Amino acid sequence: MRAGLWIAIIAVAAASFALKATGPAVLGQQELPVRANRAISLLAPVLLAALVITDIAGERWNGLSWPILLGLAATAISRLLKAPSLGAVLIGMLVTAALRFIT
Amino acid sequence: MTAGNQAPTQDSDPGDLPRFRGSFLGGMRAGVGLGVAVFVLGLTFGALARADGWGLIAPLAGSAVIFSSSAQFTLVTVLSGGGAIPAAVAAASLINARFLSMGLSVAPSLKGGRWRRSLEGQAVVDGSWIVAHLGGGRFDRARLMGATAVQYPAWIGGTALGMLLAPTQHQIEAFGLDLMFPAFFLVMLIDELRVSAQARYAAMIGAALASSIIFIAPGGLAVIGATAAALIGLADFPRGRELCERAYG
Repeated sequence: MRAGLWIAIIAVAAASFALKATGPAVLGQQELPVRANRAISLLAPVLLAALVITDIAGERWNGLSWPILLGLAATAISRLLKAPSLGAVLIGMLVTAALRFIT
Repeated sequence: MTAGNQAPTQDSDPGDLPRFRGSFLGGMRAGVGLGVAVFVLGLTFGALARADGWGLIAPLAGSAVIFSSSAQFTLVTVLSGGGAIPAAVAAASLINARFLSMGLSVAPSLKGGRWRRSLEGQAVVDGSWIVAHLGGGRFDRARLMGATAVQYPAWIGGTALGMLLAPTQHQIEAFGLDLMFPAFFLVMLIDELRVSAQARYAAMIGAALASSIIFIAPGGLAVIGATAAALIGLADFPRGRELCERAYG
């Protein structure tokens, strides 16, 4: 795990550097084809949705927890009501912590 | 956005240090609020990474060289879910794919040759990119750098404190800190869903794919498999709907 972890850290750092550098260094003022740019921009919502699912599901959907689900619902409602990002996350944490305290 | 009263840097004299300094300080001021949020996120990252067996140095090194909360959260999430190293690296790198588009968008506002521009491009992080946007696709590079100059030490400082406090798993759950990752992802997702109908379709397909794949594979593979949903970006069908939304709200 430890050696693999360091490899992972270095690899992600290199990829992150390359992603940020590619536009300014290589493409400069040229633009990607519209469709390619659109597919790239869709990676963020797709990955975020998948990460939320895998986070709450756990292995084979065995990790579901009501305090977490209700905390996330509180976060979502807060954000939809225009709460700041951090505020919405803190409200969710408060709901989850409170539910765990009383159950 | 917030920089509407600033002159575009690319139009200014490169030797105009006072102007650069003014914009840089403006970026730093705008970055303070972002820095507080980044500090708290860093604290959570440091605590959970240590709880997941990352030790004392790796979380700090990770924050110093990756400097991306979403990528680092993804790395922790996939690895702690039993995902293999290649899957974790791929997922964390793909979540950062947005930096390619962001890098392209700021490219005309940066200065110097290829190497200098690629280094200046490293200042691009989500909050700074928003703060530096002047509108009309133009960016103020001094504000970009100023906002990042506040967030970088906040991210590393938060990671260090979270690592040193090293709360136990029981304390993490008692304070709801284990909600931090999915809640952070959910907030970012909600913001992404506001962008376009196509983003909403793609996210729904991605969520459905991840929900299905996780029955038969580890979380890391489910995340990678879900990225197939982004391919709908190659199609043109939602374009009319998006135009209607823009026109009628």
